[in-house]
Amino acid sequence: MISLFNLLLRGVRAIDWPLFLIAALLCAMGLLVLQSAVGGTDWRFADQSRYFVIAVAIMWIVAIVPPAWLARVAPLAYGVALALLIGVMFFGETSKGATRWLDLGIARIQPSEIMKIALPLLLAWYFQRREQRLTAFDFLLAFVLVAIPFFLIVRQPDLGTALLVGVSGIAALYFAGLSFKLVVPAVVLVMAGVGTVLFFEDSLCAPQTDWVVLHEYQKGRVCTLLDPTTDPLGKGFHTIQSTIAVGSGGLYGQGYMSGTQAQLDFVPERTTDFIFAVFAEEFGLYGALTLLVLFALLIIRGLVIASRATDTFGRVLAASLSVVFFVYVFVNIGMVIGLLPVVGVPLPFFSYGGTALMTLAVALGLLMSISRHQPVLDSR
Amino acid sequence: MFDFKSAAQRQRGLFRFRVSLAVLAVLVAFSVLGARLWVLQVQDHEGLLSRADSNRTAVLPLPPRRGDIMDRNGELLARNALTYTLAAVPAEMGDADELLEQLSEFIFLNDYQRKRFRRQLGESGRYAEVPLRNDLTDTEAAYFAAQSFRFPGVSLKARWVRQYPQGQAAAHVVGYVGRIAESDIKRLEATNALGNYRGTDVIGKKGIEKSWEHVLHGTTGIESVEVTSRGRPMRTLHRIDPVPGGNLVLSLDMRLQRIAEEAFEGRRGALVAIDPRNGEVLAFVSQPSFDPNLFVDGIDHESWRALNESEDFPLINRPVYGTYPIGSTFKPFVALAALANGKRQADTRIYDPGYFELGKTRFRNAGSVAYGNVDLHKSLVVSSDTYYYSLASEMTIDSLHDFMKPFGFGQKTGIDLDTERQGVLPSTEWKKKSFKKKEQQRWYPGETVSVLIGQGYSAFTIMQLAQATAVLANGGDYFKPHLVRTSQNLTDGTRDVVSTTPTHSLGLDPDHVRAVTEALEEVTITGTARRAFKDVAYPVAGKTGTAQLFNLKGSQYNKEEVDERLRDHSLFMGFAPSKDPTIALAILVENAGWGSEIAAPIARRVMDAWVLRERTPLAESSPP
Repeated sequence: MISLFNLLLRGVRAIDWPLFLIAALLCAMGLLVLQSAVGGTDWRFADQSRYFVIAVAIMWIVAIVPPAWLARVAPLAYGVALALLIGVMFFGETSKGATRWLDLGIARIQPSEIMKIALPLLLAWYFQRREQRLTAFDFLLAFVLVAIPFFLIVRQPDLGTALLVGVSGIAALYFAGLSFKLVVPAVVLVMAGVGTVLFFEDSLCAPQTDWVVLHEYQKGRVCTLLDPTTDPLGKGFHTIQSTIAVGSGGLYGQGYMSGTQAQLDFVPERTTDFIFAVFAEEFGLYGALTLLVLFALLIIRGLVIASRATDTFGRVLAASLSVVFFVYVFVNIGMVIGLLPVVGVPLPFFSYGGTALMTLAVALGLLMSISRHQPVLDSR
Repeated sequence: MFDFKSAAQRQRGLFRFRVSLAVLAVLVAFSVLGARLWVLQVQDHEGLLSRADSNRTAVLPLPPRRGDIMDRNGELLARNALTYTLAAVPAEMGDADELLEQLSEFIFLNDYQRKRFRRQLGESGRYAEVPLRNDLTDTEAAYFAAQSFRFPGVSLKARWVRQYPQGQAAAHVVGYVGRIAESDIKRLEATNALGNYRGTDVIGKKGIEKSWEHVLHGTTGIESVEVTSRGRPMRTLHRIDPVPGGNLVLSLDMRLQRIAEEAFEGRRGALVAIDPRNGEVLAFVSQPSFDPNLFVDGIDHESWRALNESEDFPLINRPVYGTYPIGSTFKPFVALAALANGKRQADTRIYDPGYFELGKTRFRNAGSVAYGNVDLHKSLVVSSDTYYYSLASEMTIDSLHDFMKPFGFGQKTGIDLDTERQGVLPSTEWKKKSFKKKEQQRWYPGETVSVLIGQGYSAFTIMQLAQATAVLANGGDYFKPHLVRTSQNLTDGTRDVVSTTPTHSLGLDPDHVRAVTEALEEVTITGTARRAFKDVAYPVAGKTGTAQLFNLKGSQYNKEEVDERLRDHSLFMGFAPSKDPTIALAILVENAGWGSEIAAPIARRVMDAWVLRERTPLAESSPP
């Protein structure tokens, strides 16, 4: 009886309550919006509720595992994820023009999702091992470890997930102490690149221009963002309709279940990637800002956990996972409100879908594990 | 100890600095999002709200009407038929049971349809249309139209469905449309054409439907409509009409096509008939066939299995996809090659003891008959193998290859159909590329011997044989073979005529062509095809062929003893009238034995149908 109580206590202690409460609040809001987006309680609502229960369980289990154990499985996790990604390349299932899924007989999995967790895990483990002895070579090697899965996922093609995986890796490099001499020029270069695209839009989007590294459809997405009216029936449709939805929300919103854009099917993909448009239409600027604040709190809580962690593994892992959350939110909302091109990135806790939610649950569990397992004694 | 601690602390300090920067970046980025939200929701709110709310406009695609496909006489091969579909919007229709009850007064709804309707009600949104029934009869549609006021939220939708009135006839030419699949979406996306397919649910999958998709589909229009707060269209604000797809007129003659198909009497095989004056395909047979109508709305599992797993492979487009050894029908072309290379004169005589010896190998005539002294004329009339075997010591495989290539052998003809295969026109280079092992890459003289009588490595499509026959028939002009004669633009009434000028000329010596043609005429008078062409009313040039599938290793071929699927293919190539020909054709009947027995009689029926009708004044349409 005592032991059971102890176990329970350990379970409760494993939870990082600020993180959990913020996430729970977001989940609740997510379910509410999903109900509106599907227009009542249908199977998707039931599915998503079930996913949330499973997600909490997964989060809890991961949270109980001590970080040292996590570090031990890191190389294996990365190796498996990489093998599965290569498997996708040869045996993957193609759907909607992209090969992302792998049928393992018992279940259909999306290896790129596993990579979102496995990559920061591996890098955190690696930088921990090389602590105090880091050289430029370590960063070069780490960069290669990021680049391989990144390009495998770009090839599928899945730009959204590749972006998340790539950013999680680069973030790990940054938090492990990559010299500012490299960080600053890289940031400037990216800014300049985006600036160039905006400035030379016309010639870049001419049909005869070949973008070498990007697929034709990816070029289309960027160009449609720059000028959605060029393709009102095709790709521009998403952006036009979602900005109308967001804008018509005004300060206070149209009211729950009353957003005409969403309810009358003008918002495309309104249960998945574009669910923020439904939310912003029905809850207005105040609702949207509340949501932003909650997400900011979640991310900052993650970064606080990182800065409190006592070893490199915990720091790098927690910080890069927090950055992944940030990129999720920023890219998704940015795309819905027409700031960024349409890439397939869901809004955490809101978009319908089980796979992405499980990844989030594991990420939250990892953050909690780092937060709650600060060693009583210094390990050294 | 002290040293270590300070290092750890310094590291922690550095890390915290980096985290602070990250927090700053997050706050800045979210501020940007917040600012954009403010712009949209406060500054532009009025404008966007008016677009969304009071003046809610919906951009609706107006799918174009798909073009018809007809034969040269205007007989329809593919058309669009209007069908009626009944659908209901859950938010407006009231109680489902009551609705079904009232509707069934005059519209038949079976259990399956009722169940499907109830199931889909639970699955789709309140404003989504849920189908009740497809394919309403005209009577039912009329009844509903009169009673529609009783059923708010239930609407009758007219939908165009592709139909193939000819059924199995010419199915491999017309092909079929089917639901747009993921592979199609990928292709459309890559060419930026996906937007043009909004509102369209089928796309060409096979045959002309596929290869002429760009003309048949048309351009989707756009209609901006004002809708009520309930989503009902109120009035059109702006409209760009769709541009209907072009109608296609084929060179195919369905009357001839049906005669040709019936002539196969259920046997497997291929036939292509071409007008040698312009490259127009007059008949294009692939037997057995299938009913393309099955594919339009998605084929059911059972029919698919039956078609796909049949040992007769009805779905394969034999004339362009099947590659075969063409046996003796290759000989007229080899004879031309020998003349052109100066290796033989028309009157050069070769002694034929019934076999040809190369080293220690003895190559026998079919049936081991000895023909004695044989010149070019006789070699074709009696189909002496030895005459051609013996060329192996006079011609190289590469010079043969170079002569045959311009005829189109072993080349894609470029006919406007999908799935065309190239086949094999052997050469030393080809062998080097096709085999891995060094000793297999070498070309052996014995291999040339087989190729000279249309066996060995050579594998051609019947399309290629028909094309080469057409080139021979017109004296050496190569017209690209084609099925579509004209495409009609329905909007402005203009017609695009497919070019009928020769792409190149082979520069054949008229004397050589005459020598071969005279021999081929004799084939149909006293030679191997004499029975099939008994009492023919016009001069015919032709050659029978029998292609071996089964290696008999010197033993006698007995048709009855060989497994049916391994029996010889029966072939015929020819043209008529042999002076100024209007039709050139090639026929292959799978596993049917001697060419003279099976393929030649089919040729007779097709040629009669074409040549004799052309001469009667009653002909409704004569080729140009």
